[in-house]
Amino acid sequence: MADTIEKVSIIVSKGSLDGVYPALIMANGARAEGIDANLFFTFFGLDAIHKARHEHIKLATVGNPGLHLATWAGGLPGMSAVMTHYLASKMDKLDIPPIPEFIEMIADTGAGLYACKASVDLFGLAKDDFIDQVTGIITVGEFYELAAGGQIIFT
Amino acid sequence: MTTRTYAGTEVSVTDDGFFTDPGQWREDMAPEIAREAGIDELTDRHWQVIKFMRHEFDEKGTGPTVRVLGKTSGIGVKELYQLFPKGPAKLAARIAGIHKPRGCI
Repeated sequence: MADTIEKVSIIVSKGSLDGVYPALIMANGARAEGIDANLFFTFFGLDAIHKARHEHIKLATVGNPGLHLATWAGGLPGMSAVMTHYLASKMDKLDIPPIPEFIEMIADTGAGLYACKASVDLFGLAKDDFIDQVTGIITVGEFYELAAGGQIIFT
Repeated sequence: MTTRTYAGTEVSVTDDGFFTDPGQWREDMAPEIAREAGIDELTDRHWQVIKFMRHEFDEKGTGPTVRVLGKTSGIGVKELYQLFPKGPAKLAARIAGIHKPRGCI
């Protein structure tokens, strides 16, 4: 066990279900292994910590060849909602929590949740728009200070 | 695989310290395993988790995840991480002498 990871800083830049979950699973999994973890939400990833939006993160059904759906079918009204619902029920069976509960749990593990200042300014958001577990709105420089000495993962 | 001696009894463990045969575990071994894992003293709260781990393992054949622990052991996720800072599900499983949990959540 010579090589061990002591700290990870995970950047969440996408606001789709498949953009958010991998980062949450990696952050939670890091804490479960005793590894320090920070999550840094930027651009559309901010939706994952947005009070009004984090319950409504959807699977991208357009421009997602992994779904093996015809492009026109992915764009049908309600398709994204249906696929998201389908995936949520599968996740529930596997004991994967919904995003709001998952993020709350990750905060409880002691991981830090940070919003990217540039994106917050860009979208005209403020601290009040985010769930209470958000530790702070930080600059990219502050992010690098937090991440120093650990691994950085971009999702 | 290797062997360790806890409370005067030799047991076989995996390279990362998990019991290969949970039947070899006894309660009086737990404090020594805990010290090895960086927990100096086992409080009543630690024991509540350890006993819950054993119970879950006996029922289901695998240790619970942190989420399940947080929901059903009577101790929330926050406190679980205070009790077992290096990972509650993993550390408590090791101290409770059960196999290493393999869940991703």
